[in-house]
Amino acid sequence: MGAPSSTLLPQFSLTPRIDQVGVEERAARFTTRSIKKEAKLNGLLLVLNMIDLTTLEGKDTAGKVKQLCYKAMHPHDAYPGLPGVAAICVYPSMVKVAKKAVDGSGIKIASVATAFPSGQAPRDVKIRDTKYAVNEGADEVDMVISRGKFHEGEYNYVFDEIAAIKEACGEARLKVILETGELGTLDKVRRASDIAMHAGADFIKTSTGKIQPAATMPVTLVMLEAIRDFYYKTGKMIGMKPAGGISKSKLAVHYLVMVKEVLGEDWLTNQWFRFGASSLANDVLMQIVKEKTGVYQSANYFSID
Amino acid sequence: MGKTLVNKSSLTISENGLEKPTSSKRLEVLKTYKIYIGGQFPRTESGRYYVPTNEAGKKLANVCLSSRKDFRNAVVAARGAVSGWSGRAAFNRSQILYRMAEMLEGRKAQFIDELIEQDNTKAKAEKEVNLAIDRLIYYAGWCDKFQQIFSSVNPVASSHFNFSVPEATGVVSIIAPQGDSLLGLVSVMAPVIAGGNTCVILASETKPLCSVTFSEVLHSSDLPGGVVNILTGKIQELASWFVDHMDVNATIYCEKDSNTQKSMREKSALNLKRIFFYDKVNWYSAAGQSPYFILDTQEIKTTWHPVENIASAGAGY
Repeated sequence: MGAPSSTLLPQFSLTPRIDQVGVEERAARFTTRSIKKEAKLNGLLLVLNMIDLTTLEGKDTAGKVKQLCYKAMHPHDAYPGLPGVAAICVYPSMVKVAKKAVDGSGIKIASVATAFPSGQAPRDVKIRDTKYAVNEGADEVDMVISRGKFHEGEYNYVFDEIAAIKEACGEARLKVILETGELGTLDKVRRASDIAMHAGADFIKTSTGKIQPAATMPVTLVMLEAIRDFYYKTGKMIGMKPAGGISKSKLAVHYLVMVKEVLGEDWLTNQWFRFGASSLANDVLMQIVKEKTGVYQSANYFSID
Repeated sequence: MGKTLVNKSSLTISENGLEKPTSSKRLEVLKTYKIYIGGQFPRTESGRYYVPTNEAGKKLANVCLSSRKDFRNAVVAARGAVSGWSGRAAFNRSQILYRMAEMLEGRKAQFIDELIEQDNTKAKAEKEVNLAIDRLIYYAGWCDKFQQIFSSVNPVASSHFNFSVPEATGVVSIIAPQGDSLLGLVSVMAPVIAGGNTCVILASETKPLCSVTFSEVLHSSDLPGGVVNILTGKIQELASWFVDHMDVNATIYCEKDSNTQKSMREKSALNLKRIFFYDKVNWYSAAGQSPYFILDTQEIKTTWHPVENIASAGAGY
């Protein structure tokens, strides 16, 4: 399905303004919940199952990607029965390798595209980049928006670009990276979220992981509220993916609390919520083993990547 | 303060208008005895405290009753500090230990006061502080020398040079001596960090004052945060966590309690950590200091290096 007719679109320059102090206070509240024992263990297993295990380095090799895929399917073989992660997230050139490596496991392949991470390329290059990733077998495409155009106030350009990439994705689900660290204010985060969702995003995602700050709880809260408002207006569910900077299980569980309290339990599956992370998986595994054995763990006994 | 303008019966009003009591007795500002983790002085995350008393029944202070989570946080800090500390030049570690001794010397009076409050006589307190300072100097000297003493070049039956050299084992958890609360702590800590390890120490439960004050000495000695972490609390509660944490490489226990020793031995098998009981050492004697204490928390690494045969030179080096 294409982009909705522009006559139905809201004026993006009139999207709701965000009360920054209120958002920060609210986000801080989620970190005070005490989650222990079975609830903690179940939360950790859910987090593990929501991870997009990511490697986006210039130095990535086929061997590195295969190793990561093995880890995705076998997080920690000393404890059989652990869930796998949700997806592997790689550059388009690594999609084929990854697709073959996870074949039959149910783990999805996500590929970044559209001149990731800067997004500074002509539109036809971005569309070819996207089509290449999809043809190689990507189940999901993580695109970046043109932040420069966004800051220039060219909201229609940003909208049209997302819609065009959505079309190029075909069956693949589209995650739209706002790169909130480059947007500057929460007002702009909200506006970019609205543009992305109206333009056809299946997921909205905070960051590339290449810019600091990456995902924070206040930014994620603003995006979750945008998703909630969009759902009330259109009845359509949109997924959320905070990425970058979430490396501790405790923080990840706080994010789950936030999702549950803003969007409700329907979003608490990897269909609708993901963590973009590389080192989070090991910390979650260490906490799971701690819960099961009662002994604090050491990184020495877990795979390096 | 300026000239007194108005005199009332019990209050004077000074030039700046503030009232102050005429009595010279002021309220003392008491120190909060906090724990030392990662170069900072947090309170225990558990929010608990206990009140040790001296023999006369005087309450010493409200002291943090650390929990296993404080220990966990301290191990994370200690692990993070290992590569930086063990990677420093041995000579630089020596300088920092020497600096600790300097700082301790400068604050001698405070330590003597605290030791007296914890049931020592003045003479004994002075002796303990002096010896603690000297012990830091002793191990400062050893920092860049023990490697030569304990290293060897081994004869092997192939064209290799074969070296064995000591290397820091990593994170060491220490349950410090209960009695000699300053000298004991310094004597156990110094050889561990002199060798490039980092540590988490549980201070004397009944006499914690100068252990906590000692962390302020560490804090002002250029010692990187996380190399030494000092907790206060109960041995019974924390001993098992000190010894079964998988990210701890060695444990030192300085008391004689045989049940605790037995259970520590069992739990240390979990990740084959080294375990030492310094329960018969008299820290005042010459046997209280030795480079062999450094060796306890070292691993011996053996390296095979091919002998280089340079054409026509006849022999390698």
